[in-house]
Amino acid sequence: MSDTVIKCESVYKIFGQNAKKMLQEANGNVDAKTFQENGCIVGVNNASFEVAKGEMLVVMGLSGSGKSTLLRCISRLTDATGGKIFIEGQDLLELNNKELIDLRRNKMGMVFQSFALLPHKTVVENIAFPLQIKGINTDESISKAMDMVKLVGLDGRENYFPRELSGGQQQRVGIARSLAVEPDIWFLDEPFSALDPLIRKEMQDEFLRLQDKLQKTIMFITHDFDEALKLADRIAIMKDGVIEQLDTPAKIVLNPATEYVRKFTEEVPREKVLLIEDVMDQSTSNELGDLRVSKDEIIENVAEKILTQEKTVGVIDKNNKIIGSINPTKIINTVFGGRKNGN
Amino acid sequence: MEFLKKNSKIFQWLFLLIIFFALCFAIEVPETYKFIRGQAEFVKDPNQSTFVFAGKEVRYYAFDVFWRLPPLLGWLPIWINDSLFFLMNDWMPMEFWNEDTQEFKTRPLLLQISRNLTAFMTFIIELIREILLGGLETIVAFTSWDFIDANPWAELPGLPWTIVAAGATILSYKLSGKGLAIFAGLTMVYISIFGQWKPSMQTLSFILVAAPLSFIFGLGLGISAFKSKRVEKALYPILLVMQTMPQYAVLVPALVLFGVGDHAAVIITMIVAIPPMILLTLLGLRAIPPEVIEAGKMSGCNNWQLMFKVLIPTARRDILIGVNQVIMVCFSMAVISAFIGAKGLGFNLLLALNQLNIGLALEAGLCISLIAILLDKMSLAWANKQNDYFGNLTFFERNKNAIFFAGAFVVGIILAYIGTFLFKGTFNYLFEIPHNKGISTADFWNKGVDWIFETFFVYIKAFNTWLIQEVLQPMRALYLRMPAVATIVLVVGAGYLIGGIRSAMVVCGLTLFIALSPWWDRALVTTYMATFGVIVSCLIGFTVGTLCFQSKSAAKFMLGVCDIFQTFPSFVYLIPVMMLFGITDTSVLIAVIVYATIPATRYTIEGLRSVPIGLHEAATMSGVNKFQRLTKIEFPLAFPHMMLGLNQTIVFALFMVIIGAFIGTEDLGQYILKALSDKNGAGIGLTLGICVAFIGLIFDNLIRTWVGKRKKHLGIA
Repeated sequence: MSDTVIKCESVYKIFGQNAKKMLQEANGNVDAKTFQENGCIVGVNNASFEVAKGEMLVVMGLSGSGKSTLLRCISRLTDATGGKIFIEGQDLLELNNKELIDLRRNKMGMVFQSFALLPHKTVVENIAFPLQIKGINTDESISKAMDMVKLVGLDGRENYFPRELSGGQQQRVGIARSLAVEPDIWFLDEPFSALDPLIRKEMQDEFLRLQDKLQKTIMFITHDFDEALKLADRIAIMKDGVIEQLDTPAKIVLNPATEYVRKFTEEVPREKVLLIEDVMDQSTSNELGDLRVSKDEIIENVAEKILTQEKTVGVIDKNNKIIGSINPTKIINTVFGGRKNGN
Repeated sequence: MEFLKKNSKIFQWLFLLIIFFALCFAIEVPETYKFIRGQAEFVKDPNQSTFVFAGKEVRYYAFDVFWRLPPLLGWLPIWINDSLFFLMNDWMPMEFWNEDTQEFKTRPLLLQISRNLTAFMTFIIELIREILLGGLETIVAFTSWDFIDANPWAELPGLPWTIVAAGATILSYKLSGKGLAIFAGLTMVYISIFGQWKPSMQTLSFILVAAPLSFIFGLGLGISAFKSKRVEKALYPILLVMQTMPQYAVLVPALVLFGVGDHAAVIITMIVAIPPMILLTLLGLRAIPPEVIEAGKMSGCNNWQLMFKVLIPTARRDILIGVNQVIMVCFSMAVISAFIGAKGLGFNLLLALNQLNIGLALEAGLCISLIAILLDKMSLAWANKQNDYFGNLTFFERNKNAIFFAGAFVVGIILAYIGTFLFKGTFNYLFEIPHNKGISTADFWNKGVDWIFETFFVYIKAFNTWLIQEVLQPMRALYLRMPAVATIVLVVGAGYLIGGIRSAMVVCGLTLFIALSPWWDRALVTTYMATFGVIVSCLIGFTVGTLCFQSKSAAKFMLGVCDIFQTFPSFVYLIPVMMLFGITDTSVLIAVIVYATIPATRYTIEGLRSVPIGLHEAATMSGVNKFQRLTKIEFPLAFPHMMLGLNQTIVFALFMVIIGAFIGTEDLGQYILKALSDKNGAGIGLTLGICVAFIGLIFDNLIRTWVGKRKKHLGIA
């Protein structure tokens, strides 16, 4: 991984009076129950992680798990109670109001679950809003916003008001607005949760297309594990404010760290998530058959080919070099084994 | 025992009532007690006792403490009065430059502020008035009377009525469409033809000053309350009291501070109109989804940009509903402030009522109601209007309304100019139709009233006598028979049973204030009249509301009727009742009933409507018939909302009872009216107003607490 963009060091967010004092007294040992008895609610509990440039970190958790709170600490919409947050090396919590506004105007974009569009502005005015706030003049900001309208495929609707758009279209506006200032860091807070399943899938694909093109550093919040698997470079699973596990999708599916995480992985169709690379044998045995598969293939796509082979199949990398092997039994074990009875 | 446990609340209430009645019977009426009428309280009487508090002597009739508490707060009005006078006349004398005499003069600070404010207000009102009607004052303000003498042409000409009418029509069209535009046009033509143009424009200019100022201050205070918890906490009790304070009562202190005239009326109107604006601003800003605020912050807004580019535009609708409220209050005050010399329709209305010229009163009342309805509809249309996109329209399409108005302006001026030739020697009817030259229907109405009186006199009189002798007098006697201690026990007990110790304390404080003021008897009379009005209003309102709810179109129609009736300035209600019942308590009570039935009906319909559709369907599927559905499902669920209607009904009834003093009642209102013409009335008026407000707040507190609990219980909070 290259340089770090977002860095959190044991971030805490505790709601309630005396939260700061209680946190100090707790000495890094925060127990949600004792805090609750004293009238405090723990939102985020000792979160430490890094997000590298161009990486997409998906934070997954059910409602009340503190995932949105964590995002709001990092965008400093709320102030973290304890810990340190660095954005490109700058200490976020040390910034004064002006520096914070500067940071938001130039570096950050955010998309919201309920779209949060301004009802009195048209699509293009909504998108141009962050630019105008920055002080860019009307003509320039509108022409820039029009580029964004095209990027998210809303051409022809730029003069509609948000109330005249469907949910999916409104969220496209939200996405375009967050991208208008060309931020390096992109926060998305359950952007697709309020949409119908079909539209959601369409938007996810659209989102992947955009990310492919733009390569932003992303923190993406969701309560949908499948969505997390589909989009993420790495997933952080949260429960009661604690990050239970932070890893790549494949590793989470193969090695759930806690019982809680395992419950999510149980129902996941592994063949759709895992790559050949994740399940292959590192040893290159001599009895390889003729078939070769790429290490970056999803199991589902090559399973049929491998299963019809009798011999072990060789796994190759980009340079057609054999780096491992996989035999049909392994595929069957991966797909059907280890579901109900642990491993 | 089991029964007792199950219905413990009922037994608690029964117990409270038993204590109350026991106290009522145990405490004898003192032999010396009589209801004091008229001026007796201000005449020194050897039977009176006195006490001195903080240098103020308070005289009162002493009774057994259980019967009536001594007026320990009797010094309060005197003290308020003295402080006001001290502040105005003696506090912080300073040197001020006097333009007229060209020298420094020593004046108390507050007096100077008041003078400056007065001058400022007078200037704005005159400016707008002269734009509408023409005049000299504005030019004089910039030059001098000598200049006017030297240049007789220097005069603001005033707009011909045709231009104002066209302007109103075009604006209505822009805001709402054809329907409202036609209504606006007809209203303006009506006003003009019936010779009410001048007073109407005077009233309008008064509102055009008071409403925007109230809006600005209300918005500002609302924003600061939204931003700071401390400001909100400081404003909250004032807002609460102002909501139940009769508008009458604020007039008196204003009289002392600002004197008599339009400027004082504007200032006092602002004081009454600002609280609802603050409340609605706060409501609107609170209702903004948090994500929109976050989106604004993430776009990099600073505080100023966040407020004016994100928050206020998003809360636009609620804020404009606030404007609508402000306008309605302004109309109501336009009449009431005629008492302190505001010119216009209100003044004419008051004068006509005083002379018992029902016809004239009806004309003025109709005019003011029409303008009120028009402005109400216009401001609502503005609030509900969604802006459209203009970017791809041509210049003409974008500015067509302005162009039309410019056209109408020119045409109007040309017409008025032609008029000078057409009506040589008489009045220029195309410029302005003078008050006495319009068509007047007053005679017709007066004859009608006479006819009604002659024809139905016997029946009306019989009804009147029956009502007063059989219902009102006994009821009033019963209320006056309640010993103070028993009443307090009843009210506090009710507070405790409904809202626990906290509610009991609040209610106790409010009641004690009234009991310790010198006007407990009067407050009882006010309460009796309000109670009678509320009971009848609720019966009518709940029945009518329930019946109308059965059909969708009837419900819609009824809500529309309620809307229109609510728009009428409260004083207007006195006209028809005086027409029919003359000057009696019955008139007041009928006005109270009509006025207070509006919220009762409205909330009944709205409450029944708010029952979720799903429940209707569930009920229908369980096979209930219409009546069962009403009694088993709709009423229980709608009841909390209907109780809020009761709350409003009480407030409305109290307002009208107080205004009824104009016809002649023997309650708190009578004293407020009296305080208006009393040199030392400021303290009395204010204290009386607070008393009325507290009566309202006692019920308000009890009902709101109950509704809150009930809603939580039903899970529809």
